[in-house]
Amino acid sequence: MNFWYDEWKGFEEGTWSKEINIRSFIRHNFTPYEGNEEFLEGPTSSTTELWQQVLELTKKEREAGGVLDMDTSVISTITSHGPGYLDKDKEKIVGFQTDKPFKRALMPYGGIRMAEKACKDNGYEIDPAVKEFFTLHRKTHNAGVFDAYTPEMRACRSSHIITGLPDAYGRGRIIGDYRRVALYGVDRLILDKMEQKETTRSAMYSQVIRDREELSEQIRALEELKKMALSYGFDISKPAKDTREAIQWLYFGYLAAVKEQNGAAMSLGRTSTFLDIYSERDIRNGIYTEAEIQEMVDHFIMKLRLIKFARTPEYNALFSGDPQWVTESIGGVAIDGRPLVTKMSYRYLHTLENLGAAPEPNLTVLWSVKLPDNFKRYCARLSIETSSIQYENDDLMRFTHGDDYAIACCVSSMRVGKEMQFFGARANLAKCLLYAINGGVDEISGKQVAPEYRPITSEYLDYDEVMKRYDEMMKWLAGVYVNTLNIIHYMHDKYCYEKIQMALHDKKVTRWFATGIAGLSVVADSLSAIKYAKVKAIRNEQGIATDYEVEGDFPKYGNDDDRVDSIAYNVVHRFMEHVRKNHTYRDSIPTTSILTITSNVVYGKNTGATPDGRKKGEAFAPGANPMHRRDTHGAVASLASVAKLPFIDAQDGISNTFSIIPGALGKEDKIFAGDIDVDLDCAGGACFSPTLFDGLDGDIYEEGDNR
Amino acid sequence: MKGLVHSTESFGTVDGPGIRFVVFLQGCPLRCLYCHNPDTWDKHKGTETTAEEILEQYNKNREFYKRGGITVTGGEPLLQLDFVTELFKKAKQQDIHTCLDTSGIVFNKSNAELVTSFDELIKYTDLVMLDIKHIDPQKHKVLTGADNRNVLDFAEYLSDNGIPLWVRHVVVKGYTDNRDDLKRLGRYLAHLKNLKALDVLPYHTMGVSKYGELGIDYPLEGVEALSVQQAVKAKSYIMEGLRDERPRIKK
Repeated sequence: MNFWYDEWKGFEEGTWSKEINIRSFIRHNFTPYEGNEEFLEGPTSSTTELWQQVLELTKKEREAGGVLDMDTSVISTITSHGPGYLDKDKEKIVGFQTDKPFKRALMPYGGIRMAEKACKDNGYEIDPAVKEFFTLHRKTHNAGVFDAYTPEMRACRSSHIITGLPDAYGRGRIIGDYRRVALYGVDRLILDKMEQKETTRSAMYSQVIRDREELSEQIRALEELKKMALSYGFDISKPAKDTREAIQWLYFGYLAAVKEQNGAAMSLGRTSTFLDIYSERDIRNGIYTEAEIQEMVDHFIMKLRLIKFARTPEYNALFSGDPQWVTESIGGVAIDGRPLVTKMSYRYLHTLENLGAAPEPNLTVLWSVKLPDNFKRYCARLSIETSSIQYENDDLMRFTHGDDYAIACCVSSMRVGKEMQFFGARANLAKCLLYAINGGVDEISGKQVAPEYRPITSEYLDYDEVMKRYDEMMKWLAGVYVNTLNIIHYMHDKYCYEKIQMALHDKKVTRWFATGIAGLSVVADSLSAIKYAKVKAIRNEQGIATDYEVEGDFPKYGNDDDRVDSIAYNVVHRFMEHVRKNHTYRDSIPTTSILTITSNVVYGKNTGATPDGRKKGEAFAPGANPMHRRDTHGAVASLASVAKLPFIDAQDGISNTFSIIPGALGKEDKIFAGDIDVDLDCAGGACFSPTLFDGLDGDIYEEGDNR
Repeated sequence: MKGLVHSTESFGTVDGPGIRFVVFLQGCPLRCLYCHNPDTWDKHKGTETTAEEILEQYNKNREFYKRGGITVTGGEPLLQLDFVTELFKKAKQQDIHTCLDTSGIVFNKSNAELVTSFDELIKYTDLVMLDIKHIDPQKHKVLTGADNRNVLDFAEYLSDNGIPLWVRHVVVKGYTDNRDDLKRLGRYLAHLKNLKALDVLPYHTMGVSKYGELGIDYPLEGVEALSVQQAVKAKSYIMEGLRDERPRIKK
């Protein structure tokens, strides 16, 4: 089929005009930009006024205890709410999750108890009819999961050796290819889905039945998407004709997703360079000015900053705040070597200047050594000024995911519209080590959680003995963990299916089965202590080792020391090997991640003392970070230890949370005078700089300084 | 040959151009009142390390140092002059940029044998960061325990030999903040032919906790940290002296 629309005038044809293929569209049409940020425009008065309004509402929300308004009876769907606005006349990009900003929607499909509690904890009462309906008449994901859990799975869950499981809330981590809405219009997407449905196999195996049912759901969701857009006055059945429509169409696609799902990470994708193709065309044709385009981008980003979900205080404690993970991936390099940096990449980042710093959307630069120098400098400056940019290694990920992947949540990479992930929470490998020492007995509760393997009884721990037991315990843990996740994802597909997000995917989707690891640096240091120092186990009356005494020093992870870094490498590799031995739901490909960016505090709290000298309840280091203050050789050595971890085993991502004061990144140019020769060789005061000598009389202290 | 190394820092961004691998050598003959590394004073501590071991660590992550290099500091690195020479010689064989951060106090121009050793060192030294702690000899002595004769001799020696030089100056309230002294320092600097940069460092109190750990009284107890604005002003005085003096030399 060859489609051509008037809205595509000026675009170069390619595979994309014959099939749904955004990557091909970008490759044929984007304009790389290697210049600097000088072209950027500041905020318009509308932007500033709207943002002021947002700040006031944010203040009110904070004063109200964190939530301003909640829906307690309307079940959120793509079309459940009428249009909502901040100020209709000023907004260039429109759309809220409910009928007004700052009002959180009711989403019970993940679990009615969670939805009820989220309301209750924030001072709202859910409509009893809704509760009854989702308890008696319509099963939720959460109810399904608990019907299938085994006692062992429940024990692992309550002892926190497996934590953060998405069994009571939406799993998230799926990125719809929202760009498709803009480029093709919804009608074309529906046509494509209908064709997919027509071409399923005809023998009704359960997979085929499921495919057909899901495709029908997807088509219905696309119809709803059109209807929702129409309520805002836009007909999105046809492709977008210009920049404003392209942003709006794309945002409607995303908005439909966040109306339908309260997922743990609802990421946006990789949209800036796609949209740049529209803005380049519009500027070329004199349709919009730079200032107008920046205004649209500012309003779009403003909307993304206002995505909100109803959540419980426990959920917020786990994630240290109220994060949505509206991650947008920017930059990176194409397979043909061209940097995918465009003016729109700058415009997205520039919102940090026009609207001020913010954690959402999670602007993520896909970093490559091949990015243009100007862009690198701009990113560096904004990082220093706003601390709001995340960086990920494009040179590493491009190898696996090509050049049109995006990041879901914080590090999970996936080809947009072609790959998705089953979010997998994490296994607490530090606790697993304690189970290996204590024969499967939990060091905090004293309960037998893992199988009754033989415990270690010697006073001083022997490395080879501990390693052998640890490997067996990891094998057990991987088994129960993967099978728990199998149940979760089966039930999520069944009761809380991501209709609109999957409608914006290909028919044949690669599914990543994500698992995760917490406590890696604790494990590496503990094993290093056992190997290179002497570790004495201190046992309670029951004979459970509850504390450890370390005698002597040992190499610590985070100092570029192979003796311990190789231990960390092996733990990741062995655990992943055990994961791979298990069956995974829906032919998904197992991966793991080391990325507990915020929940490390909670995991540490639920874990007893460890052989590295860490005390009971003390926080773990985040992600793959070395333990706090144990990396004593500076940032490069610390990063080098992390960089040795095997990405091929932890393809879902390895994170290193890194903060540095600007002063530690280089000299403050005000007190450092470089190139003095050049400056002074123009003798006789010719290069006299008046500002330098301002206020030179008197001493170095300004008035008001106390000496 | 082995050197006594206090510690290494793999991400040095304030001790020379670019990102640098910084080696802190153990031992210092001075006792500067504001010293923030008192743990480097003792000449007998430290870890015995060879130049090869240091360069091996460097090379593991050399990608990071492409626009930087290696910086040797301390303590006073020139207490281990021969070791620094060996390290720099080997570094230059691998085309690594070398930078020496020193107080210059060890230099003695009347000791011919020592000067010969310095002649060898500077063959492999791309940049010297010289910390001139005070321009006035007496005040230098109060501040550090020794006068500044050797320091200034060393500055002139580097100038005569064409070694690129950055001068660092720490500004402390009540000790090195006098306007005339600052201008005098500037006038002195004007005579140094290879001066490439001036780095004014506002006094900070981040080293205080180390004194507690070592059980030493902190000599500058109660002296406040200097603000950046104040340091900017101090810099402008030094620059003023420098600018005043330069045209005179030209004539």
